[in-house]
Amino acid sequence: MKISGAQMVIEALIAENVDTVFGYPGGAIMNIYDEIYKQNSFKHILTRHEQAAVHAAEGYAKVSGKVGVAMITSGPGFTNAVTGLADAYMDSVPLVVISGQVPMSLIGTDAFQEIDAVGISRSCTKHNYLVTDAKDLPRVLKEAFYIASSGRPGPVHVDIPKDITAQIEVFDYSTPTHLETYKPTVKGNVRQIKKAVMAIKEAKRPLFYIGGGAINSNAAQEVRELVKMTGIPAVETFMARGTLRYDDPLLISMPGMHGSYAANMAMSETDLMISLGARFDDRVTGKLSEFAKHAKIIHVDVDPASISKIVKVDYPIVGDLRHVVKNMMEIASSVIEKERYEPWLESVEHFDKLHPLSYKEDSDKLKPQWVIQRVGELLGECANITTDVGQHQMWTAQFYPFSRPRQLISSGGLGTMGFGFPAAIGVKVADFERVSINITGDGSILMNIQELMTAVEKKIPVINIILNNNFLGMVRQWQTLFYDKRHSETDLSMQPDFVMLARSFGGIGYVVHTKEEFDAALNDAVEKNIVAMIDVRIDRFENVMPMVPSGGSLFNMMLEYKEK
Amino acid sequence: MEAVRRVISVVVLNEASVLSRITDLFSGRGYNITSLTVAPIPKSKYSRLTIVTSGSMRVIEQITKQLHKLIPVLKVIEHCDAVEKEMVLVKFSSDNSISDIETVCNAYNGKIVNAGDGFVIALVADESQRMDNFLDAIEHFHPKEIVRSGTVALER
Repeated sequence: MKISGAQMVIEALIAENVDTVFGYPGGAIMNIYDEIYKQNSFKHILTRHEQAAVHAAEGYAKVSGKVGVAMITSGPGFTNAVTGLADAYMDSVPLVVISGQVPMSLIGTDAFQEIDAVGISRSCTKHNYLVTDAKDLPRVLKEAFYIASSGRPGPVHVDIPKDITAQIEVFDYSTPTHLETYKPTVKGNVRQIKKAVMAIKEAKRPLFYIGGGAINSNAAQEVRELVKMTGIPAVETFMARGTLRYDDPLLISMPGMHGSYAANMAMSETDLMISLGARFDDRVTGKLSEFAKHAKIIHVDVDPASISKIVKVDYPIVGDLRHVVKNMMEIASSVIEKERYEPWLESVEHFDKLHPLSYKEDSDKLKPQWVIQRVGELLGECANITTDVGQHQMWTAQFYPFSRPRQLISSGGLGTMGFGFPAAIGVKVADFERVSINITGDGSILMNIQELMTAVEKKIPVINIILNNNFLGMVRQWQTLFYDKRHSETDLSMQPDFVMLARSFGGIGYVVHTKEEFDAALNDAVEKNIVAMIDVRIDRFENVMPMVPSGGSLFNMMLEYKEK
Repeated sequence: MEAVRRVISVVVLNEASVLSRITDLFSGRGYNITSLTVAPIPKSKYSRLTIVTSGSMRVIEQITKQLHKLIPVLKVIEHCDAVEKEMVLVKFSSDNSISDIETVCNAYNGKIVNAGDGFVIALVADESQRMDNFLDAIEHFHPKEIVRSGTVALER
């Protein structure tokens, strides 16, 4: 079958079972958009900014585990999408992002809307391609989907010049992908796994340190079983929230800069840290020389480069987490004695009783933590939660009762403000049955506010809960603590009327000052099932606590700080 | 941690922009490149790069792992016992005593490879350290131009 390059793109997407593409058309990608117009196999969601298209594809991918697809034009279309690519790269999100490029004959001439796209995306993608012949398109697209979703997942960028999308060539998508230079490890080394389990058997104070890899490899069920079988306490990173149920008696919340006292103390006192798909991010480890000082370390990761990158590992295991955890259970079932770790578990529980995650209620002001807990009480498992970046994000991680993997969708590694709303659109498209809630701040929400139009037009009822403190809260918190309260450019007293703003796009808005008003607004928004903005006026000076100051040791936490 | 010198060979698919993937990795992650040589491997679809780098043992380990992570990379060889050579071309004015230059070149297994109107060009290929010595030895001939290649290495 001979077809055009543009038709090949459509055929490839169909062959990959893509049901949704997020994108924004433009000059260089018009041939492909012409083919999109003619087909009925997948839907296209027009976002109102290219960055949002990529974040929406990320939300779609993160909640479903499938590859997200975004499409953009050359030049500014592409550069707008770069933040999304970088975000997906940092959080290992499987994406295929297709961009138009100026025709081959114009490449290198500073043509209109020309930019060296693959040159820019090289450092923020797992892999990228500039297609210079339509003959290569079927192979390249097939490789792109394979690379994006295998091994440590990540975004793959395919840049296609306009004349290549018009070129007529044979399309054969049946040749299996064979990459001699790319063979991700799936099975872990069994001898190494045995050694690790023996180390667990010998340990007195072992601790599971669960990372985002547990979610990416769909290993949550196995990890839950392993934790239960061994009776060893576990902490989960921000990226891993929901791997264990919030009410799992062995879950000791989240470690790190805004981790719980118990989680950070457990990280500091353990004698054997069992890292399952975590990458020892600086927001988790704090001061490295003091990190897990008494511990041997087991590190399971699909990416060999993550092992011993930050912290020297004693038992490295390269492989897909799900496989490795299954192997671990087979060996552990006959050697591990739960009772051995009971005294340790008690001391960890004692830490938790000493300083549990908490906040002080105030009769006049709404506390953000209460709002998040309340969303949890009202919606719980029925909601998928996305967040933006800042204080509200940390409060969500601390206080929402996550009960399943892929329930929290957030920008962890890159920390991209403006991620939440478009991601929530992608989440809702992929999982229409559940309520899609974006918990955001008054700073973040304005960074992709134009997506109100996308959501309203396509009837994608995302509920934005703005924890509004008229501040760029997290930065203000740092300014208060480390810059002698010089609140440089973080006061956001000047704000739009969010109710009127929502209304002007065809959504619904609420302003909330009290608990009763909040309940009424959330219930109404869920019931009406339309795009909503709930402007929740919270205590302006609430801070995220506990806090390990940047570069400090995990066990040196600030537990309380009253700003006003 | 103390910095060590390492010679790393990388076998990569010979395709567009593969060299930038490697150099971007080094600059993006703050690794050093002392020298880099690249040429296609005959009768194959691969090229071979030889990179001389330095860093702490942890950095060297990361370099090899990160290189291996690049999709078009087939093989990464961290050399420990290799034959290493690099090459230098030096242009001298023929005001010098040509036989004196030749004598020094001979001592370093080199020779004069070209002579023209008022100049001669000498070629020497040897280990990096020997190359430094050679360049010291010819300094008093006031070379007009020096071109030094990167290292190539082959494990014994």
